[in-house]
Amino acid sequence: MNLATPLKNLDRELARFHGRLKLGAAFVSLLAAVLLARAFYLQIVQHEHYVERAESNRISRVPTAPNRGLILDRNDRILAENYSAYTLELTRAQTHNLEATLAEVGKLIEITPGQLRRFRRLLAESHEFETVPLKSKLTDEEVAILAANRYRLPGLEVKARLFRNYRAGPGMAHVVGFIGRINDRDLKRLREASREQNYKGSAYIGKTGLEQSYESLLHGRTGFDQMETDASGRAVRMLSRIPPVPGKDLRLHLDVELQAVAEHAFGDYLGGLVALDPNTGGVLALVSKPGFDPNLFVDGVDPETWKALNESPDRPMVNRALRGIYPPGSTIKPFMALAGLELGLRKPADTIADPGFFSLPNSRHQFRDWKRGGHGVVDLRRSISQSCDVYYYRLAVDMGIDRMHDYLAQFGLGEKTGIDLDGESAGLLPSRDWKQRRFKQTWYPGETVIAGIGQGYHLTTPLQLAVAAAMLANGGKRIEPRLVQAVRDPLAHVWQPQPGMVRGQMAIPPAYLAVVREGMMDVMRPGGTAARSAAGAPYTIAGKTGTAQVVGIKQGARYDASRLSRQYRDHALFIAYAPAENPTIVVAVMVENGGSGSGTAAPVARAVFDYYLTGKRPGEMKLEANNATE
Amino acid sequence: MPQSSHWFMRRLSHLDGILLTLVLLLLGISLAVVASASGQSPARISGHLINIGLALAVMVVMANVPPHLLSKVGPPLYVAGVVLLIGVALFGEVRNGSRRWLNLGFMAFQPSELLKLALPLMLAWYFQRNEAVLRAKHFLVGGALLLVPFLLILRQPDLGTAMMIGASGFYLLFFAGLPWKVILGGATLGAASLPVMWGLMHDYQQRRVLTLLDPTSDPLGDGYHIIQSTIAIGSGGLFGRGWMGGTQNQLDFIPERTTDFIFAVFGEEFGYVGAIFLVGLYLAIVARGLVIAARAPTQFGRLMAATLSLNLFTYAFVNMGMVSGILPVVGVPLPLMSYGGTALITLLLGMGILMSVATHRQLNKS
Repeated sequence: MNLATPLKNLDRELARFHGRLKLGAAFVSLLAAVLLARAFYLQIVQHEHYVERAESNRISRVPTAPNRGLILDRNDRILAENYSAYTLELTRAQTHNLEATLAEVGKLIEITPGQLRRFRRLLAESHEFETVPLKSKLTDEEVAILAANRYRLPGLEVKARLFRNYRAGPGMAHVVGFIGRINDRDLKRLREASREQNYKGSAYIGKTGLEQSYESLLHGRTGFDQMETDASGRAVRMLSRIPPVPGKDLRLHLDVELQAVAEHAFGDYLGGLVALDPNTGGVLALVSKPGFDPNLFVDGVDPETWKALNESPDRPMVNRALRGIYPPGSTIKPFMALAGLELGLRKPADTIADPGFFSLPNSRHQFRDWKRGGHGVVDLRRSISQSCDVYYYRLAVDMGIDRMHDYLAQFGLGEKTGIDLDGESAGLLPSRDWKQRRFKQTWYPGETVIAGIGQGYHLTTPLQLAVAAAMLANGGKRIEPRLVQAVRDPLAHVWQPQPGMVRGQMAIPPAYLAVVREGMMDVMRPGGTAARSAAGAPYTIAGKTGTAQVVGIKQGARYDASRLSRQYRDHALFIAYAPAENPTIVVAVMVENGGSGSGTAAPVARAVFDYYLTGKRPGEMKLEANNATE
Repeated sequence: MPQSSHWFMRRLSHLDGILLTLVLLLLGISLAVVASASGQSPARISGHLINIGLALAVMVVMANVPPHLLSKVGPPLYVAGVVLLIGVALFGEVRNGSRRWLNLGFMAFQPSELLKLALPLMLAWYFQRNEAVLRAKHFLVGGALLLVPFLLILRQPDLGTAMMIGASGFYLLFFAGLPWKVILGGATLGAASLPVMWGLMHDYQQRRVLTLLDPTSDPLGDGYHIIQSTIAIGSGGLFGRGWMGGTQNQLDFIPERTTDFIFAVFGEEFGYVGAIFLVGLYLAIVARGLVIAARAPTQFGRLMAATLSLNLFTYAFVNMGMVSGILPVVGVPLPLMSYGGTALITLLLGMGILMSVATHRQLNKS
C-alpha cells in the first residue's frame, strides 16, 4: 500500500475513464459488427435458401388425381369406365381403438366378412397414416347414417371417389386387365422411374393387361392446388391451381362382340384364341378361357377369392393367348413346307410314298404317321391338306435342325411378338446351339425328326402362331400385334391413330407361297383335315390343324382320346385366315385338351370368321355347358 | 394556467433532445412492427401505446430527479433486492423448473428484475463515495456486491438474467477503473471454468446451448423457434418483404413474435437495410450515452451513464443474436422494440437517468 498517495489524481482518473469509454465504444461497435455480419449472412448470402424455406413453410401442394382414361373397343363400346361413388375410409392413426370403431361401424351399416377381410389385408399392407377403404359404393342411406354418427367415430371418413368399372365381364379380363391399389412394389417402381410425383394423389395403378401396359397414357397427369397454409396447417387461401390432365382414352382394334362369339365358340372347353388383322397387326380378338371378374380386384380382392383363383386347376389368371406355351404340332407344317421349297430341298410336285412310318438310317425306331398305314403318294399340297407326318419327318431330316431353326425364326417363332401387353412368353424354337447351352447335350437326329412336325422341344404361344399365320396371309410381312388402334385426349376429343409396327418383310417367292396357301385351302376343302369346319361358308378359308401332345405315347401304343381322362387329352390347335384370296382376318386357336385340331379348334375359328366376315352369330349364343364327354 | 405550464416546460427541459429523438424513433418502429406482428390486433396496439405512454412518463420523472438524490436510492434498493432474492431462494415459487418468482399475494414478482437497476446504482454510489481514495480493496468490495445477487440469481436458476446483471456490474467496475490484470485474470479463469459451468447447468440450459449449436437436431421442439426466426430474417433479403408482408410473420410461423422474437418480424419485413438502420439507432443511443458519460460532472453520473448505455446495447445484442441464431435462447426482450410493459418501463427509467445526468450539470455536494 502506498500510504503517501491516499488521494487519487482526479485528472488522471478522468483521462483513464475517457479511455475506457472509448474501449466501451469499440466493444459495442464490435458487437454491432457481429450482428450485422450475421444478418448479412442470413439476408444476403443465404437469402435464396431462406426464401425457399419460407415458401415451403407456407405453401403446401395438394394433389388432385386425374380421371383415368377409358378403354373402348373398335366400335366405341366401353370396356373400362369410371364412376363416382361414396366410400367409407378409415385412417388407423386417427382411431382411438380400431376394433371398437369397427364394431361400432358394424352396428350402423352392414360390413360383410369379405369386406372386413379385405380391409384387414389392406390395413396390414399400409402405413398407419394411410387411409384404407372399408366399404365402397355406399348407398345414400348408409352415407346419411355414417354422416350422422361420424362425430363419435374418429378416423372414419366418407369420401366421394372415382371407381373403375369393367363392363365387358370376365371374357375381356385378360385383355383389359385391372387396376389395383398402389402397393410398396408399385411405389418402388414409380420411384425408380421418377414418376412418383405424378402419383401423389392416386390410389390405383394398372396391374395387368392394357391397364398395366398403357398405364402412362391412361393415368393422366396429377394436378396440384397450391395452398397457403399457416403454421398450424390450416389452409388460408388457394395460391394457384394446376388442374389435373385426364388420362388418354384407348380405342382397340378388338371387337368385343367378336370376342364374345369366340369365347362362346369354345363351349365349355378352355383355351386361347388370337384373331389378327393380317395387314395391320390389329388384334381383333384375344381370348383366354376361363376369364375372371376384374372388378373383384379393383379395391383389393379378399383372400379367399384370391386363393381360389390362384389355386384353381383351370388357372383363370393365366393369359393363355399370351403366356400359354404349347408345341405347335402340325400347324408348323405350312412353314416347314415353305422352308423346304425355299431351301431347294423340295419342289411342289415332288412326291413321297408314305408307308405310315419313318425310320432313320440304321435305326429300327419307327416315327409313326398319325394315320395308320400312311397316306400313300403325297406331294407338297397333299402333305398339308392331309397333314402327312412322314413327309415332314423326311423333310426335317434333309433340312437339319439348324436350317429349320433359322428359317422358322423369320416367322417370329421363339421370339416375343411385341404385342402391347406385358408378360408374353417367347416360346422356344430349338436349335443345336440352344440345346448345348440349355442342357450341355448334343442334338440327336431323332429330335430333328419330331421337330419336323412341331413336336419335341418346340413351344409356341397362340399369339406367335397367329403372327406367323398372318405372314402367310399377307405375303411375309411380319406385323407386330397391336390391341390399341387409336388414342384420344379427352379434352381435345380427337382420336390419334396409333400406327402399326412392321418388324420386317420376308421375300417369299410368290409361287412357293401360292402352293402352300393352296395346300391350306385344301385343308378346308372336301378331303382336307378340317373340311367339315368350312362346310357352307360363303368365303374360302385357308387353315392348318394341329395337336399338341400333353402326354407322351409309348412306342407301339395308340393314342385313344376316348380312353384318356380329359386333362391328359392333347391340346387342339388351328391356324387359319379368310377370305383365302384376300385375307382380312387370321386366327390361331388353342383348345386345351380339345383332342384334335379339326374336331374342336377349327369350329371355333369358323365361328369367328362367320361373325367377322358375314356378321352371323352362333344360333344360341348362351354360355351354357354343352354336354361334353368326361 | 401559465404558471403550471411554465412548471411543465421546466420538467421537459431535463429531457435530452438527441436521446429523446432516438428513443421515439425506436418506439415508433416498435409500434409499427408490433402492429404487423399482432395482425393489427387493436388490443395489442392500444396496450403497447399505453405501455409507451407510461414508460415515457416514468422517463420524464426520472430525468427530473437529480443524480445526487438518485445515488442515495442505490443502497436501500440494493439491500431490498438482495433480501428479496434470499426470500425467493427460501420461499419462492417454482415455475418451469426454476425458482424465480416471489408471490406477494396480489402479484407474482421477480426480484431479479429489481437488481437490473439496483446493482449499477449501488455500485455507482459506492465508487462515487470512495472516488478520492480508490484502492484495490474497493474493487474487492465492488466484486462482492456484484457476486451476491449474481450467484443468487444463477442458483434460481436463471442463467440469462444472471449474465445480464453480471454484465452490468462488470461494466460499472470496468468504467470505475478495474485493473487490467484483474480483467484478464478473470477472463482466463472464466474460460477455464467453462467446463465446470457446463456441469452445473440444468438439463434445459444444456439443451438450449446444444440446440443453438445445431437447431436442426430438434426442429419441432427447442430448435423450432430458432429455425423459424432465421428463416424469417433470411427470407427478408436486402429490402425485406414489406410492412405486413412477411409470410413467416403473418402465417404464425414465428413464435412469440411481438415480444422476444420481434426482431425476426422486423428482419423479415424490413430486410438487411432495416437491420442496419435498427442497429445504427442502438449505436446512436450508445454513442449519445457515452457522450453524456464523458461530460458528466460526477463519478456517479459518469459510471451510471456509461453502464446504462453499454447495458442497453448488450440487451439488444443478446436478443438479436438469439433470434438470428448465434446465441442461446435466453428470453431477453429487444430493448424499446419488444411488447411488454415491465421491460419498457425499466428501459425508459434508465433513459431518464441518462437524461438526468445529462441535464444536471452542476456539481452536487457530496
